[in-house]
Amino acid sequence: MFVFIVFYFLKKDKKEKVRGVIALKKNVFALVSSIAVLGTALAGCGGGQQAAPAPANNTSSEQPAATPEAEKKPQVLKLNLHSEPPTADPGLSEDTTSAAIIRATFDGLTRIGADGKPHEAAAEKVEVSEDMLTYKFTIRDAKWSNGDPVTAHDFEFAWKRALDPKTGANYAYQLYYIKNGEKANKNEAKLDDVGVKALDDKTLEVKLENPTPFFLELTAFPTYFPVNKKVLESNEKWAGEAKTHVGNGPFKMESWEHKSKLVLVKNENYWDKDAVKLDRIEFSMVEDENTELSMFENGELDWAGAPMSALPTDAIPALKDQGKITTQPIAGTYWYKFNVEKPPFDNVKIRKAFAYSINRQALIDNILQTGQLPATGAVPPSMVLNANGYFKDNDLETAKKLLEEGMKEKGLTKLPPITLSYNTSEAHKKIAEAIQDQWKKNLGVEVKLENKEWKVYLEDMHEGNFQIGRMGWLGDFNDPINFLELYKDKYGGNNDTRWENPKFKELLNQSALEADPEKRKKILADAEQILMDEMPIMPIYFYTNSWVQKENVKGVVIGGLGDVDWKWAYVE
Amino acid sequence: MQHLTKEHFEPISVDLRQAEEIKRPSLSFWADVWRRLKMNKVAMASLIFIVALIVCAVVIPMVSSNDYFTTDLAGKNKKPSAEHWFGTDDLGRDMFVRIWYGARISLEVGLAAAFIDLIIGVIWGGIAGFYGGKVDEIMMRIADILFAIPYLLVVILLMVVLSPGVGTIIIALTITGWIGMARIVRGQILQLKSQEFVLAARSLGADSGRLIFKHLIPNALGPIIVTLSLTVPTAIFAESFLSFIGLGVAAPVASWGTMSSEGLPAMKYYPWRLMFPAVFISVTILAFNLFGDGLRDAVDPRLRK
Amino acid sequence: MLIRYLGKRIFFMLISLFLIVTATFFIMKAVPGGPFTSEKNVPEEIKAALEAKYKLDLPLHEQYFEYLKGVITWDLGPSFTEKSSTVNEMISRGFPVSAHLGAQALLLAIFGGIILGVIAALKHNKWQDYSAMVIAVLGLSVPGFILASFYQYFFAIQWGLLPIAKWEGFEYTILPSLALSASPMAFIARLTRSNMIEVLGQDYIKTAKAKGLHTFTITVKHAIRNALLPVITYLGPLIANILTGAFVIERIFGVPGLGREFVLSITNRDYTVIMGTTVFYSIILVVMILIVDIAYTLIDPRIKLADAGRE
Repeated sequence: MFVFIVFYFLKKDKKEKVRGVIALKKNVFALVSSIAVLGTALAGCGGGQQAAPAPANNTSSEQPAATPEAEKKPQVLKLNLHSEPPTADPGLSEDTTSAAIIRATFDGLTRIGADGKPHEAAAEKVEVSEDMLTYKFTIRDAKWSNGDPVTAHDFEFAWKRALDPKTGANYAYQLYYIKNGEKANKNEAKLDDVGVKALDDKTLEVKLENPTPFFLELTAFPTYFPVNKKVLESNEKWAGEAKTHVGNGPFKMESWEHKSKLVLVKNENYWDKDAVKLDRIEFSMVEDENTELSMFENGELDWAGAPMSALPTDAIPALKDQGKITTQPIAGTYWYKFNVEKPPFDNVKIRKAFAYSINRQALIDNILQTGQLPATGAVPPSMVLNANGYFKDNDLETAKKLLEEGMKEKGLTKLPPITLSYNTSEAHKKIAEAIQDQWKKNLGVEVKLENKEWKVYLEDMHEGNFQIGRMGWLGDFNDPINFLELYKDKYGGNNDTRWENPKFKELLNQSALEADPEKRKKILADAEQILMDEMPIMPIYFYTNSWVQKENVKGVVIGGLGDVDWKWAYVE
Repeated sequence: MQHLTKEHFEPISVDLRQAEEIKRPSLSFWADVWRRLKMNKVAMASLIFIVALIVCAVVIPMVSSNDYFTTDLAGKNKKPSAEHWFGTDDLGRDMFVRIWYGARISLEVGLAAAFIDLIIGVIWGGIAGFYGGKVDEIMMRIADILFAIPYLLVVILLMVVLSPGVGTIIIALTITGWIGMARIVRGQILQLKSQEFVLAARSLGADSGRLIFKHLIPNALGPIIVTLSLTVPTAIFAESFLSFIGLGVAAPVASWGTMSSEGLPAMKYYPWRLMFPAVFISVTILAFNLFGDGLRDAVDPRLRK
Repeated sequence: MLIRYLGKRIFFMLISLFLIVTATFFIMKAVPGGPFTSEKNVPEEIKAALEAKYKLDLPLHEQYFEYLKGVITWDLGPSFTEKSSTVNEMISRGFPVSAHLGAQALLLAIFGGIILGVIAALKHNKWQDYSAMVIAVLGLSVPGFILASFYQYFFAIQWGLLPIAKWEGFEYTILPSLALSASPMAFIARLTRSNMIEVLGQDYIKTAKAKGLHTFTITVKHAIRNALLPVITYLGPLIANILTGAFVIERIFGVPGLGREFVLSITNRDYTVIMGTTVFYSIILVVMILIVDIAYTLIDPRIKLADAGRE
């Protein structure tokens, strides 16, 4: 039986190679152009884009006119959600799956368009005071999916609810930019003192804590979405079932068979319904990535891989050969952290020697394989401070010299035993094994590997119970501060390395006060320089998203932080 | 006609001790088992295979020109060839050597877990089944409780307490592994103990220990061996799961179980990465099973000729 | 007699359940990491607010008593990860699916296993025996997840006979049932074979043969019944396991069953779901084991129920 199967696979493999040669067509993707537009932009603003249609606030007249033939056929998109969305309630959302469903079924005051910039959505007009501290939003005449009018009160209610500590919203800190928002969430101020007020049904006045240039990006983030007060008050579990779910977005929920299937249909009450061409989106919930890819190849799905799921690593070479794969950088860095309190990594030269002596490009070409960039700095390219990086990849000579010097400084003739830890996963393991072998070959150092179950690993990292440990960071918003801030305080929540530097701290504090974007960038670049001189972390690569899709699927907007919006999607 | 005289006869001596003499060569129980096992060709072939496997697992990694950890990223996912008999894996490591390294761990874990499960399971199940009543009730309820506590939780806790390694894996596997064996043994003993031969042995004055281990357990050997043959593959695969949690041997060493679960997603693209470990596991388990069947037949007193 | 026995057993069952809940609760709390441990640490105040919301800020013993109260009233609490669901809802959604899949797999395993085992025993040491045992051993040594992928690859992807994944009708249930039944079927086959061989060597079978009974009659009426006892022993925990879902099979075939909750709740440290699924599983387990113990006496009258060991 096995012999037969082996034979069968070998045959299959050959067939696929042939096909790969024929289909040498490469998918083109537009490189992120809009990411650098705003110095500080929050989640959902930076955007790579894919066959993008016109921005949101324009009428449908600018959309490529649909042919009458296409209009006859119902427009259906078949997607996979990978897992059950934990919630469809904007206030409680904290993960990409939930956020994607919420973005499809709700509309914020603003919405990020295909150009990566915010456009008016539920608000038809925005007035900003001169001191940039007061925003006045005029709410558009629009209806909830159940027919209720969308009012300013719905926004006020939703924001205060998310800030209410009793709600227990993980992402409440996204609302800390609003006056008294943080205090109210920490029970230090009353909810009534929060700077959001519906002056009447149509006018929402928002007062901010500080001038926040990226506030209009923020209002496109799920935590800022409105909630229908009447619905919530009559049924606390309204967001759990399709029947009771009420949104104001381009789609509404038709059915939600938990863990199995979710169907969205076009919301006829949506104010911009003419821009919405899809009639239905059908989501299955298949967790296994291999199964998902098989279903795509079998025509049961229109899309497989990022941002909702991932492509199986072993399938990537074949998909690449067939030219099917689409890759887009996202704002995130994969790095190894050194515990600077544990020998031998209490010595900066030894840390640097380890960091310089690995060949990142080889890891990317052979293991990761989807166009990641070697990281020689902490801040990812979309918000880069120093495009040339801070050191050379695979710099063996310097590495060897540094190791020698470092050991001399420490008075060592032999390194103590070193353990590299990672949380269990195929991908992390492969990288760790390859790096272990590179260190052995390049520095002659024996490193032990150790893997741990995810949450045990996290606890150990946060408690400093490691020598070298893997971590990654995906940007919350498109600004370098999000990456640098992590290492500001020795016992900061996400530092783990126990590293601290007064100069670094000072520079970060300065940057917060600096209004001039260019000067601010310079300050942050100086800070990153210190971080890389001290090397408490060893950057490895910058993340990318990769997926396969049917060629006739157009108009799906994927932002630079991996957020997806199907509002303008259509099938050709 | 010939006359029979006294000279034609020779009186035999009446020696009571001689009456008790055993004419067949005296064989201990296990010598007899071995004698009968040798006659079973399939079982012997399996035994030879198992021994050869163990020898290979020890010798091949020592003499091979390749090693299990050196990566060669340019030479990854290569098909089987003269240079790499079993091909290479996704980091370009030689699968042939990795398989034999893996054999060490998988065989060690599989056999040790099976042996410990056997000992605990037989004693626990034997005592519970034999004494019955309250003893049985309490012992089996303890087994139920252990069985019902989520295993994954227990294992994660173990990981925190113990350091990873083969020893820890074996402990983790045997925490609940013996329960199945104990249930089967208890069931068998319950069935057997009311049979006549037990009554006979009892009336001849056999004590409980002798009854359980000399009379009841040998009669329950069939199901015991079958259960044992399930324990080995379960242990081999459970090991890969435990390695996943972080209890197992540290990478880059990989057992058969780990290799086959890693090879699974590559099935469509690089089938050898799944096939070799999977075939080795299957053939090894088959050998253990066939040997187990032979052994069962050999120890079965009813099949004795 | 039976009623007294049942009463005693139910009392023991309740004690077992109590001990299982207690042990699981404290082991769960001893394991590092909690539901709010994450790669991105949230501010302390939010964490505290969340813990207060889910009553995780109470002293451990109070949490424990709270939970016991919940179990007794069968209110297992809200899920930490799936904010839109309660544990009761998750169980009532997932269990019917898992039970459906499990029941089909179980039927396959029991009938397939017994038939294979009987054939092997009747043809002991002949080619039929060896082929049946090779099939059985393959079922044992190729674990469910590899088999599941094979089935999916050949039957669904290559030959397009059956759907690849999802759970939308009978044809969707075939492959997962087959994959799930492989290992128990193999084990049952081996157990049945081993016992049949023993039983067929017994005197009463020889008597039956001497009386001139047909082989079929002997097999069905006399042999199988006596060979089944160890199989029954094995069935108790098997039924409990298989009805409450199989994580890997459900994952590969996208089946919305209960199996994933067992594993994911633990990796997510979703405390209420861990406890809820454990309680639910334990109830099924202890009931199944009780049924098995009663079934013993029905199949083999020589075994006495309550005072099995008293002399």
